[in-house]
Amino acid sequence: MIRVQGLTVAYGAVKALVDVSFEARTSAITAVLGANGAGKTTLLRTISGLKTPVAGSITHDETELTAMKTEDIARMGIAHVPEGRGVIGEFTVEENLRLGALTAKLNAKQSLENQYERFPILGERRRQHADQLSGGERQILSMARALIANPSVLLLDEPSLGLAPLITAQIMATIKDLCASDDLTVILVEQNASSALRIADHAVVLNVGHVVANDVASVVAEDENLRQYYLGMVS
Amino acid sequence: MDIFLTSRIASDVLGGVTNGVIYGLVALSLVLVWRSTGILNFAQGAMPMMATYVGMIAFGHFFGYWICVVIAILVGFLIGAGTERVLVRPLYGKPEINPVVVMVGFLTVLEAVAAAIWSSTPRSLTTPFSPIDFHLGGKPFALSAFSLYQIVTAIVVMVAVAVLFRFTNLGLQLRASALAPEVSRLLGVRVNRMLTLGWTLSTGVGTITAILVSSNFFTGLTPQVMDGIFAFGFIAAAVGGLDSPVGSIVAGVVIGIILQFVGDYVNSNAIILVALFILIVSLMARPNGVFSVVKARRV
Repeated sequence: MIRVQGLTVAYGAVKALVDVSFEARTSAITAVLGANGAGKTTLLRTISGLKTPVAGSITHDETELTAMKTEDIARMGIAHVPEGRGVIGEFTVEENLRLGALTAKLNAKQSLENQYERFPILGERRRQHADQLSGGERQILSMARALIANPSVLLLDEPSLGLAPLITAQIMATIKDLCASDDLTVILVEQNASSALRIADHAVVLNVGHVVANDVASVVAEDENLRQYYLGMVS
Repeated sequence: MDIFLTSRIASDVLGGVTNGVIYGLVALSLVLVWRSTGILNFAQGAMPMMATYVGMIAFGHFFGYWICVVIAILVGFLIGAGTERVLVRPLYGKPEINPVVVMVGFLTVLEAVAAAIWSSTPRSLTTPFSPIDFHLGGKPFALSAFSLYQIVTAIVVMVAVAVLFRFTNLGLQLRASALAPEVSRLLGVRVNRMLTLGWTLSTGVGTITAILVSSNFFTGLTPQVMDGIFAFGFIAAAVGGLDSPVGSIVAGVVIGIILQFVGDYVNSNAIILVALFILIVSLMARPNGVFSVVKARRV
């Protein structure tokens, strides 16, 4: 479980997040929604230690994360799949996966096989360079690279960005399956509110750094004001 | 066969390879630093020079050749790691000129300190290998036990670096840290350690090179021993591609052979001119280096 309390993050004088509090429960998907500039990416970057907050705390189970280094947070089992996918294009598919498995101290060969079984397309392309993959394949690769270390928390930043609706649906279904089967805490950041709300258990809506809604996903999905003013969903 | 091996052409090729592997090693050490931290290290010759003085001269009173070589390499590792931690780390993210100025300054300081402690009189290093050319059928041909030692050492170092980068998990992390530092940190790679390690390895490779260079009977070890070699190694790295270890080594060897022919058939004063000419032409034709795989980025 990830608990965020009173989190304020600033870039110079500009506050990207103001007094943000919410909980992301284990074995559940928490969607973080909002328009461009709402602070969604900043939230994930602060959880994984790439950005230091001005105030507030972030705890994973009982551990305080805000004072920790990114590398140590990652080694605790908090996997962050960054926006724009972050696969290393100069590396082969297999090298990308090996890199993900390094810090977990697992049987590398076995973990690779597990991912190839879960995502057969990666097995077929294991020797190809990652920059030869399609957008959807890259997204799958970066998820597989995060999952190979058996994380307890998965932070996903806009997994549907730039993908065709059909591929988005496949990826969302994969996330849902993973969460159900692996005791995973998922924080899913999305601009694509409708596809995120379809799989999420809980939803937090941000608007220019402030939490405007924090409720069960179905409640958020049916709230006409939220839909219209913050989520850009026309009914 | 004997006639060919003792011919002028064969001796130029052999002499060129012997020099060329040294240029290739210097280029490789420049590439290691460039790939890990994006800095062109102008003290890449002086740092190993210092390690060579400490290992081979200061400890030379107490130990034999091979133990001194090991000590010098370890000192090289320390100098590389310490330089990255203390001098280079505050420069990341600053304008590109800053590390250039700092490292040129460091080069000057190191050479002055070495001259102050050990004077600038050339010191000869005793090597276990004879610099006298082998003879075939009564005629000398341009290969000695020492030049064989130099070539074999260079090949061993190059293969070891290649194996480390290509086939080990450490190499994977070194490459990942250079290509995508933020993503690497998100995957738990200790990127700062990898940057230090890049400089450590680079200075280690440099120290092996400096020991070979200053073991040369004619030049010996002086504070400036690496200056000229650095220039040729730098040209090799620029021609081969600063991001391409294989390219820089190949360029080093090819440039070594070409310059040997120039020195023999044209004039030894023309060597540096031709070297600069090669640099200019290759930069005009392939600015990223002949062997570079990096595509020019459209902005």
